[in-house]
Amino acid sequence: MNWIDTHLPILPVLLPSVTAIALLLLGDHGGEDAAHGHRKLLWARRLALASVFLGLLVAARLVAEAADGGVRAYLVGEWPAPFGIALVVDRLGALMLLLTSLVALPVLWYATGGWDAHGRYFHAIFQFQLMGLNGAFVTGDLFNLFVFFEVLLIASYVLMAHGQGVVRLRVGLHYVVLNLAASALFLVGVSLLYAKAGTLNLADLALRVPELAGADATLAQSAAWLLLVVFGFKAALLPLSLWLPATYAAACAPVAALFAIMTKVGVYSIWRVHGVVFGADAGASAYAVEAVLLPMALGTCVVGVLGALAAHTMERLVAWLTVASVGTVLVAVSLFNTSAWSAGMYYMANSTLVIAGLFLLAELVAAQRGDAADRLEPAAPLAQPALLGVLMLLAAASAAGLPPLPGFIGKLMLLEASTAHTWQVAVWTTVLAVGFLTLVGLARAGSILFWHVRDDLPAGSYSGSSPKLVGATLLLLATTVAMSIFAAPIQRYTSAAAQQLEDRDAYARAVLGAQTGRSETTRPYTGKVAAPPAAAASAAGGQR
Amino acid sequence: MSMEFLFATGIGWIVAIGVYLMLRGRSFSVVLGLSLLGYAVNVFIFGMGRLWSAAPPILGAKELLADPLPQALVLTAIVIGFATTGFVIELALRSHHDGGSDHVDGRPDADVHDEPKR
Repeated sequence: MNWIDTHLPILPVLLPSVTAIALLLLGDHGGEDAAHGHRKLLWARRLALASVFLGLLVAARLVAEAADGGVRAYLVGEWPAPFGIALVVDRLGALMLLLTSLVALPVLWYATGGWDAHGRYFHAIFQFQLMGLNGAFVTGDLFNLFVFFEVLLIASYVLMAHGQGVVRLRVGLHYVVLNLAASALFLVGVSLLYAKAGTLNLADLALRVPELAGADATLAQSAAWLLLVVFGFKAALLPLSLWLPATYAAACAPVAALFAIMTKVGVYSIWRVHGVVFGADAGASAYAVEAVLLPMALGTCVVGVLGALAAHTMERLVAWLTVASVGTVLVAVSLFNTSAWSAGMYYMANSTLVIAGLFLLAELVAAQRGDAADRLEPAAPLAQPALLGVLMLLAAASAAGLPPLPGFIGKLMLLEASTAHTWQVAVWTTVLAVGFLTLVGLARAGSILFWHVRDDLPAGSYSGSSPKLVGATLLLLATTVAMSIFAAPIQRYTSAAAQQLEDRDAYARAVLGAQTGRSETTRPYTGKVAAPPAAAASAAGGQR
Repeated sequence: MSMEFLFATGIGWIVAIGVYLMLRGRSFSVVLGLSLLGYAVNVFIFGMGRLWSAAPPILGAKELLADPLPQALVLTAIVIGFATTGFVIELALRSHHDGGSDHVDGRPDADVHDEPKR
């Protein structure tokens, strides 16, 4: 056990990747025909579920350790910190890992109900997606963040097209091209930051960015802006959010539910880079993006909820609600104080689970409505109106933020945290109005789906509703209820996480070890040889 | 006309061409545009380690050495870019094959014989 304990921070990355390789070696059912009972598929399901469950245990252990305090740094290959690959698990990172596992387990369970047989290698790609997600949450280095972004994106490109069909391929092409363009910007931003700060280690960046001044600070800030475009694109921040509803609505239900956590990778990165590195103590670059982030986040909420009101299918409605919920979390991020960050983390955890649950629920409902599927128009009555209706009510109430569900607690914390902020009026108006309009949108959808039925059509069949599918959906929604019951300990954890996030010195001590602050090497390396003493010393440093 | 000026304008040109191609309607030109943009970004990363002449990125070989880190970064970026370009070509081909048109919005070929003048 000691060995496992030492290497615990890298397990969330290693476990899915090893499983994925094993699943690739195992092979798959080789095509559509008679896939359901295929022996290899059954083994792939067992292996994938076991791995995700183990991942959940690892994440829970990491959260338990992080709750006790300390930032845990894992230096891959024992290379010293700013130079080698560093993985860092602090409270926020551990929380995101746990959230990923909590979403992934029910979603995978749901997918074993049939979706995984609709294409090839679903389970292997799913594991690669988890590897990318977990890696993005544990990495302590901006370039590795890029690498893990690419891992999770490449997996998501394939998952996006899972099940195929003309619409998925067309939307998938848009999705891939947009993401590749964003990746190009990511690289520009990262390398620009490297040119000015001479490091890409997040802990080291947090110490070096404040030291930049004048033109160097301006360039570093332009790097921050470029990174905001990239992360904002992933997170669906306002002008960059219009790709999301089409993409998520086109993906099959379990994939869309898993993608609910993918937008949060963007939010998480904004937190790390713009909240901390370019946050309060960043010297000349402090609050580099605040002036734009807050209005854009508020706008994201509004556009998201308006899109939800205008949606004509259930899946699009949920996809637009994803945008609105991301907007709310980003409002919390851009308030730049620890209590708002704490509220943001709580709300993010809740909304991710609710949105994932809603995506699954939308498909369960659609399967019982005959030809109307998930279009919001009167159709045949459902086979299980009571069960699905209660689930829908629960999810809707939590998404809209009605007490006593966790959506309400998260929003209340956010409203409290925004008092005394100059934008208080705007934040309160937007958050409350968005909550109300979410309720209106979901109530409209719910009444059409469950009450406004056409009696002239035969009642829907039970197709697509097995105990497994309902159970997986129920599990996701039950987790959100649990978040409400255990609100106090979770809130203590998130507020400690927010405080830990702001303490950049403690983070640096944990990652960089004894040599906090300045190491003797010269970065950025300019290589000037013949020059005044200071520069000569720097050249000597560069040759070390 | 320094090396830096030539370098910067070169990157600028490639980015401009890449962006222009990416905004075209056919998936083929979009893929070409993405590749060009990728090349420009790779060269940009390389340049962010400063431009050197006659400075190998090897310790002890010479008094002056180039920063090896951006060169390592650019290798990673090239590999990833190569893989994703391969994937996007396959996806575009598949979309063309299944949808019957290589227009990025899936419009039928009859509507896009010439680039629409707007």
